[in-house]
Amino acid sequence: MSKDLRSILVDALVKQTKLAVTTLPDDVKNAIKTAYEKESSPVAKKILASIIDNYTMSEESGRPMCQDTGTLIWYVEVGADFPLLLELEDIIREAAREATMKVPIRPNAVDPIRARNSGDNTGRFMPWINWEIKEGDDVILTLLPKGGGSEFTSQLRMISPGLGIKGVKEAVIRAVYEAGGKPCPPIIVGVGIGGGADIALKLGKMALLRPLDKRHEEPEVAQLEEELLERLNSLGIGPMGLGGDTTVLGVNVEYAYRHPATLPVAIVTQCWAARRATVRVTKDGKVEFLSHSVRLEDIKL
Amino acid sequence: MAEYHLKTPIPEEEIRRLRVGDILFVSGRVITARDEAHQRAVEYHEEGKKLPVEFEGNILYHCGPIVKKIDGEWIFISAGPTTSTRMEYIEPTFIKYFRPRVIVGKGGLKEGTLEALGKYGAVYAIFPGGLGAKAALAVKKVVGVEWIDLGTPEALWILEVENFGPLIVTMDTHGESIHKDIEEKAKTRLDDILKKL
Repeated sequence: MSKDLRSILVDALVKQTKLAVTTLPDDVKNAIKTAYEKESSPVAKKILASIIDNYTMSEESGRPMCQDTGTLIWYVEVGADFPLLLELEDIIREAAREATMKVPIRPNAVDPIRARNSGDNTGRFMPWINWEIKEGDDVILTLLPKGGGSEFTSQLRMISPGLGIKGVKEAVIRAVYEAGGKPCPPIIVGVGIGGGADIALKLGKMALLRPLDKRHEEPEVAQLEEELLERLNSLGIGPMGLGGDTTVLGVNVEYAYRHPATLPVAIVTQCWAARRATVRVTKDGKVEFLSHSVRLEDIKL
Repeated sequence: MAEYHLKTPIPEEEIRRLRVGDILFVSGRVITARDEAHQRAVEYHEEGKKLPVEFEGNILYHCGPIVKKIDGEWIFISAGPTTSTRMEYIEPTFIKYFRPRVIVGKGGLKEGTLEALGKYGAVYAIFPGGLGAKAALAVKKVVGVEWIDLGTPEALWILEVENFGPLIVTMDTHGESIHKDIEEKAKTRLDDILKKL
C-alpha cells in the first residue's frame, strides 16, 4: 500500500510540473486578456496578443510556455497523519528528476560554489520546500516554478520605520522602475512587508500564490494593492519595457508585524508567465488538482 | 509601424530601411548564441580560426533552448529569448567581426551596440520574453549544432525557421532606441509619481 502511494505521489508531482509549465491558471489568463483589451499602444497590444497566442500554443502542444521553466519551489501543507510524511522530501526530489526528463523541463539547478549544473533540477536545498503541518491525513502541494529573469530584479529594502507606509510605496515603485523591461513585463508584484529581512522575502513570494482576482482580506491592505497597481502602471514601462499601459497585472501584498526599529520591504517580481499548480493527494491515493479544472488522466507526458 | 516578411540572407540596404517600431517575421537561417558562444566566437576570430557557422546576412538569436533528441534527431521544445544586456560588453565586436543582419533577444542593448548597428548595417529586435512555445513551433528544422561542449543552452544551434515573429525592431541603423526612449520617459514619470505620494 505504502509503496503504491509513493508511486502515485511521484506520478502526480511529475504531472503537476507538466501542468504548471504548460497551462497558466485562469486568473492569470484573464488578467492578460483584460490588459490586451484595454491597451492603447499598438506595439504593446501586439506583444500582449503574441503572449496570448503563445500560452494557447503551449497548452495545445504540451510544450513549456517558456524555456526557462524556473526554480522548483514547493509549498507543502501536509496532514500530521499523512502516511508518507517522512518520505515526502525524497518523493519531491525524485519527481523533480523525473520531470526534468519527461516533461521535459530545463535543468536549472546550479552549484554556486563550483559553477556546475546538476542536470536534473536537484541539489543542495533544491527543490526548495516550504513546510506547513496541518491536521488530517492528506497532503496539498503547490508548485511555483519561478523564472530566473524575473527573480533577478527582486529586491529587499530595509527602510527607516519613520518613513511609514509612504516609504513602503516608494520602495515598491522604485524597485519596479529599476526592473524596467528586464523581468518580462507585464509582471505581478509580490510585496512582503515587516517581519524581518528573510520573513519579508518569504511573504513577498508567498503573496504570488494568491490568484489575481482576489484582493487581500483586510480592506486597508486591499486598498494599498490597488493604489500600487495604478501608480506602477503609470510608469509607462509597458509590456517587455517597450512602453504602454500595462506594466503590472497585479500587486499582492502580505505582511507580518515588525520590530520597532526595522521596516523591511520585499519586492518579488514575477514575469507574465506566472505559473503555479496545486494538487491534493489523500492517504488512499486519490489525486485532485485544485488550481486547474483538469483530471490527472488528462495530463499526458 | 510597418510589417515586413524577410528571408535570409538579408541584404544590408533592406536593413537600413527599417525603423524602430517595425514588426518583422523572418524565414530562413537563425543561429543561437549566448554568453559563452559570443566569447568563443570572438576568440576564434582573433586567433585567425574560422567559425563553424556563417552569421553574415543571417539572424543571431540570444536564446538558450530546451531541446530533446528523439530518434537521433534534435527537436526544439521551447526556445524564447534570453536577456541581451549580458552580451553588451562583446556585442559591438561580434557585429564587427561576423555581420549578422538582425540580432534578436529581449530587454535591449546599450550605446556601444547602437553605434555598431549603424556602422555595420544591422538592427536589434526583441522577440517577446517567455514565448518559448511559439518560437519552437517556428523552427522547421534543426540544421545542425556546434560547440555542444558548452552545454545545450550555450551551444550554437543552426536553425531553419518559417515566419519567426513578431520581432519588434527596437534599435535601428539610424541611432534610434525604444529602450533608451522608454527609460527616459519612465524616469520623468517616476519623479512625478513620487512627488504625489
